[in-house]
Amino acid sequence: MIETVISIGLPVREKLVIKKNRLQPEKLQNRPKRIAIVTGIHGDELEGQFVCYEVTRRIRENIDKLNGIVDIYPCLNPLGMDAVYRNVPKTEIDMNRMFPGNTEGPMIEKVASAIVADIAGSDMCVDLHSSDTFIREVPQVRLSEVWADHLLPYAKLMNVNMIWKNATKTVDESTLGYSLNMLGTPTIVVEMGIGNHIDQSNGMQLADGIFRLMNHLGIWKDEPQQGVEPLVSSDGEIEFIRADESGVFLPCIEYNCEVKTGDKIGDIINPLSGEIIKSYYASVCGLVFSLREYPMVYAGSLLARIIKNDRR
Amino acid sequence: MYLDSICSYHSPYREDFTINGYRFGKGDKAACILGPIRGNEIQQLYICSQLVKKLKELEAKGCISSGKEILVIPCVNHFSINTASRFWAVDNTDINRMFPGTDYGDTTSRIARDVLDAIHEYTYGIQFASFYMSGEFVPHVRMMETGYQNTSLANLFGLPYVMVRKPKPIDTKTLNYNWQNEETAAFSVYTNKNDEIDPVSAKQAVSSVLRFLTRMGIVKYESHSGYISHIINEEDLSNVYTKTAGIFHNYVNAGAEVKYGDLMAEITDPYEGNIVEKIIAPTDGIVFFKQAEPLVNESDIVYRMIHRLHE
Ligand SMILES: [Zn+2]
Repeated sequence: MIETVISIGLPVREKLVIKKNRLQPEKLQNRPKRIAIVTGIHGDELEGQFVCYEVTRRIRENIDKLNGIVDIYPCLNPLGMDAVYRNVPKTEIDMNRMFPGNTEGPMIEKVASAIVADIAGSDMCVDLHSSDTFIREVPQVRLSEVWADHLLPYAKLMNVNMIWKNATKTVDESTLGYSLNMLGTPTIVVEMGIGNHIDQSNGMQLADGIFRLMNHLGIWKDEPQQGVEPLVSSDGEIEFIRADESGVFLPCIEYNCEVKTGDKIGDIINPLSGEIIKSYYASVCGLVFSLREYPMVYAGSLLARIIKNDRR
Repeated sequence: MYLDSICSYHSPYREDFTINGYRFGKGDKAACILGPIRGNEIQQLYICSQLVKKLKELEAKGCISSGKEILVIPCVNHFSINTASRFWAVDNTDINRMFPGTDYGDTTSRIARDVLDAIHEYTYGIQFASFYMSGEFVPHVRMMETGYQNTSLANLFGLPYVMVRKPKPIDTKTLNYNWQNEETAAFSVYTNKNDEIDPVSAKQAVSSVLRFLTRMGIVKYESHSGYISHIINEEDLSNVYTKTAGIFHNYVNAGAEVKYGDLMAEITDPYEGNIVEKIIAPTDGIVFFKQAEPLVNESDIVYRMIHRLHE
């Protein structure tokens, strides 16, 4: 059943409408469990579109296996997604810095507060992101240190390649994930892929993970499925490789590959002079889980991130 | 005066991104004044340029106190101004949300770090800033409630109002907040405009800074005494909302006094032109902020008001 979470009038003959699809069996048990799958806070992150479709499709085709409520929120920033724009158009505000919102505040804060009120009380929430347009990410869960212990068992079911504890950027206090966790709704933040793009194999992997999680919560009744065993890491075990020169970055590895200490990651070149400005090498053994896709760089631009892998 | 480079970054195809500082006087790091961090802060740029001009004149007349140094950084982010983008053009990050920054982080985080390194030892810090919502303010000095804020010093600018804001998590990444944490007495000065120049309020801003510097014994400058500032807390402002979306016709400006029941604005239908809403003053008071867009959404904040202070 498609429902409206909030609707606010825009200046000229249009409403900003946030929609969700509530999936539930015909007969609900007493106090049914509820999970929320949300995505599209950032208008340039589209990987979640396929995941929402795939999860909904599988549920609709196997509705007899559903034993609770699944709320799908495929787009929390409809104006941004329509404008191929990460933030909220016009105000240029990053919507994921506006939570938990404020019913008395400007429009975007009202929208944020309505979203939080709608999701709060769920037994679990999964917030799907897809990096930005610069960096490609392997499917991963990012956990705030504050809730890492509590959320880790659920995160392990998500079928992701890695779990990154205490990653500060996406987990700071004004995000949807932080706000919901504060309100007692366990929320798992997923990053995968790259902006303005859908990788269907990533999406399938994540959809499988969501069904494993729902199975565990009793919302889905099916044979337990095997999943990917994720690498789990805290910040200290991650190597950041950043540019210290400006130019054009040409990677010489694929993302999601294992590297050894000393392996070459790529070059920053100067197209004007035809020279290599600097080459970059791995200083640890591990998995390249983030790799720069957008070639132009300044000093400070992220080129790659490697998670140390002790399993090998 | 001498011109200094605060930091410099190579760009693939633009000239180097260099932040310049103008140093006046020699001695204790007495005061630092900072211009635009965002690319739409044109009024702020204009104000800083006028201040540099004034300080040059004062220095030539020997009116900078001995043993005091003033640093003016007229612009932190001219790259965004030149491309008419509000934020860092490459990745759309807001440098004023990157403080305190790190020297091993993203580009904008490094820039924030470089700027803070250059300015954190000054006793007084003054930033010409803008609000995240677009609109016009009564000229005022703004401080974050960090525990280090000193509102009685803020009164010495002689602007009509001093506003104290309780920081939200997002504010902890701003320059003002981090500057105060470095124990600089940091003030943000707001005038009525951002992306266009209002020479009258710019002049008021320049005078207020020179008045402050004079009162702190850093320069000698003849000025009238300015206003006796009212101190207000942001949470005491009352918001006036729209009920209807449409074309916004404003009838009161920032600074105006209104009485309960006065007509403040009308909203007309964007296709048919008829009046769909009259916005009436909910209380006696002064318009502290007004939104400045020609179009409004449903339930937008269009004014923020100070309740009249009854004697
Ligand atoms: Zn995102």
